[in-house]
Amino acid sequence: MWVYEKKLQYPVRVSKCDPRMAKFLIEQYGGSDGELAAALRYLNQRYTIPDKVIGLLTDIGTEEFAHLEMIATMVYKLTKDATPEQLEAAGLGADFVNHGGDLFYNSAAGVPFTATYIAAKGDPIANLYEDIAAEEKARATYQWLIDYTDDVDIQDALKFLREREIVHSLRFREAVEILKADREQKKVY
Amino acid sequence: MYDNQWREWKPYVSPLDPCPPIRIKRYVVPPNQFIPFQPMNLPQFPLDEALRRGTLWPALYSSYPSRRAPKGG
Repeated sequence: MWVYEKKLQYPVRVSKCDPRMAKFLIEQYGGSDGELAAALRYLNQRYTIPDKVIGLLTDIGTEEFAHLEMIATMVYKLTKDATPEQLEAAGLGADFVNHGGDLFYNSAAGVPFTATYIAAKGDPIANLYEDIAAEEKARATYQWLIDYTDDVDIQDALKFLREREIVHSLRFREAVEILKADREQKKVY
Repeated sequence: MYDNQWREWKPYVSPLDPCPPIRIKRYVVPPNQFIPFQPMNLPQFPLDEALRRGTLWPALYSSYPSRRAPKGG
């Protein structure tokens, strides 16, 4: 169960009318290394991971949904006042025909979201290395999005999200260390 | 613009390259790569600054300058 706070994790401001940026941001909404894939990956693995690190997966999986809201807000602000002609010019014509003004879980290249983006291997070490890789890939995607846009307000929110990926990656790395530690031996970190 | 988290390398440049070559390529190595397990009692950012930066810990902070130059603020 979740308790919902009716505000974003970090304030999202968009200061430039640039529907094209929405097309690229959608990579982090419905792409392979996006926030939806991250949330579903961790909140699914959490059930069968050793109990010392269940809480970590639950916490990070939940935070990924907060990031998903931020990306959704950016995409919404960038597209809500665009005409069909402007959407077509931004490369979003096909999205408009299928979804009208709605958001949808696509990659930037238009590939719909699929559960094959997430893995559950039944092996805690394999799963956590998958998660570490996912965080570093999401960090890289944020870097290219920050490079792409010249809207400093979008850059600001994306830099926050990029930093969270770095912290999450470290936390997963620490989870690996916890699971590596031999229970019989005194732990020295 | 680039701090000590950045590495650079020089890719091969051919005299027949079709586009003007980028002679130095850079990539970032974030600080999480050097901390296998975060030690206790590290220094912290002030709380309002931590909320803005995305981490409580200066040791985990990685800045990222956009390659796109800002226009019009």
